[in-house]
Amino acid sequence: MIWNEKIECLSRDELRKLQAERLRDTVARAYSRVPAQRKKMEQQGVKPEQIRTLEDLNRLPFSTKFDLHENYPFGLFAVPMSEVVEIHASSGTTGKVKVLGYTRTDLETWAEVMARTLTAGGAGPSDLVHNAYGYGLFTGGLGVHYGANRIGASVLPISGGNTKRQIQLMQDFGSTVLCCTPSYAHLIGETALEMGLDLKNHSLRVAFLGAEPWSESMRLEIESLLGVQALDIYGLTEMIGPGVSFECPGKNGQHINEDHFLPEIIDPETGNPLPPGERGELVLTTLTKEAVPFLRYRTGDLSSLDYSPCACGRTTVRMSRVCGRTDDMLIIRGVNVFPSQVENVLMQVEGTEPHYLIVVDRERGMMDQLEIWVEVVPEVFSDEVKQLEALEKKVAAELQSALGISVKVKLVEPKTIARSEGKAKRVVDRRELGK
Amino acid sequence: MKAKQISVFLENKRGRLAEVTQRLAENRINIRALYLAETVDFGVLRLVVNDPDRARQVLSEANFTAAEAEVVAVELADRSGSLAQLIGPLAEAGINIEYLYAFVGKSGENAIIIFRFDDADRAIALLTKLGFRLLEAEEVYSL
Repeated sequence: MIWNEKIECLSRDELRKLQAERLRDTVARAYSRVPAQRKKMEQQGVKPEQIRTLEDLNRLPFSTKFDLHENYPFGLFAVPMSEVVEIHASSGTTGKVKVLGYTRTDLETWAEVMARTLTAGGAGPSDLVHNAYGYGLFTGGLGVHYGANRIGASVLPISGGNTKRQIQLMQDFGSTVLCCTPSYAHLIGETALEMGLDLKNHSLRVAFLGAEPWSESMRLEIESLLGVQALDIYGLTEMIGPGVSFECPGKNGQHINEDHFLPEIIDPETGNPLPPGERGELVLTTLTKEAVPFLRYRTGDLSSLDYSPCACGRTTVRMSRVCGRTDDMLIIRGVNVFPSQVENVLMQVEGTEPHYLIVVDRERGMMDQLEIWVEVVPEVFSDEVKQLEALEKKVAAELQSALGISVKVKLVEPKTIARSEGKAKRVVDRRELGK
Repeated sequence: MKAKQISVFLENKRGRLAEVTQRLAENRINIRALYLAETVDFGVLRLVVNDPDRARQVLSEANFTAAEAEVVAVELADRSGSLAQLIGPLAEAGINIEYLYAFVGKSGENAIIIFRFDDADRAIALLTKLGFRLLEAEEVYSL
């Protein structure tokens, strides 16, 4: 099913015309209303009137998360606060969160792109949407909520946690649509099995899963556990939240809502644009965002673009499943974690740095787990168990407060952590995302 | 009156204790007494040996985190009630015992209790005053 056939199936020529129009408008607004954006364009020696067509796009400077840090909190807003109706934020590297605002029109756009997302999976007015994405500063919960409202579905804003109760309500209410992170969907399936329930014969039909990297093998497992069609959805707070792109049941890449977000793939080393089909860093330009327009935002996500026609009838480009990051950012339960954040915390706890390792695990039926292994070197060793346990607790509490997610701290013997030449390997990601 | 005990950090995984004992054996270090405190993820092995300095060096060279702790060894008659007579006054004096472990001496008539106190000097003074026999370090190493 297609929510907005007029736009989603627009001919490529017409779409490009619309994109070029909106690009000119976005560039003009960013230049005239955001001093930081104007400064970057001036440094690059480019004027708004030089951006006429989509071919001119690569004359524009890139933007990155550092622009958000430098202009914290509201420096990139292109509208007065009187026009901002909602604010969201996501975690950042330096302790400062990335702050994004929405005008009323931006919220309309968000509802529209999420309506397209949910409709693509077959959701409609008679569905009951079990929305287990977190509600709050995180964009997942409200993004899905607005989309579900737009298509007229009933939405259960249950947010995360208390899995057994979630399953109970799912059963009692007859939920048909599940929205959450892939690891939470998996946990729901495993927990239901433990409770002696077979969700395969239940009313759930489709799951919209995102905010976390996941693999094809995990998709198959979730589909078999829950008896659903599991679809990948993609987004980031800097653009709007969920709703940047979504899979149709063809599961052949995620359709980008190109009338709102203009994609490019670049070589992350040189910054040069790469032709369709080649893998590189996904760069997105907002085409309609009012509160915080972004020009050529480097997502850090590795993907490729496929412009070939899709069997579903949509003409929008499809991005391949995100297969990695250009930086060392980890996405754990929808939260962005940078190893440097962990290092900053450990530096405050004497003796724990630099002898540490970050281990990300996704045990069967479990949520993603962040473990920090700390080597017990003589500086931190005590022969009293309670002192060592106090150390574990202290490090865990400080990390949790800095990262916003729970962390398990494990004390290990010295030299457990491999010393490689030069830079030590700090991160072990065991989630097997490649499969 | 104080003796050196070697404490070793051990992860709870197979073969770690074997590795410690193997290293000590290779270096002809004799274990007099030992005690393992454990949690889910790790343990702390406490050892009284004939040559604590050498033991610590050998274990450090094998990449174990080993530290010295001062302990007090008390000899008690091996009969019921004698430990109670010892612990009672310590509690009354407000001296905390971080941990202790006990074994029966070679003669079979006496028990040796190894204590780690929060305030060893006060404990030694009190126990000496009460007439308990505290072992000299050399006696402990050659038990």
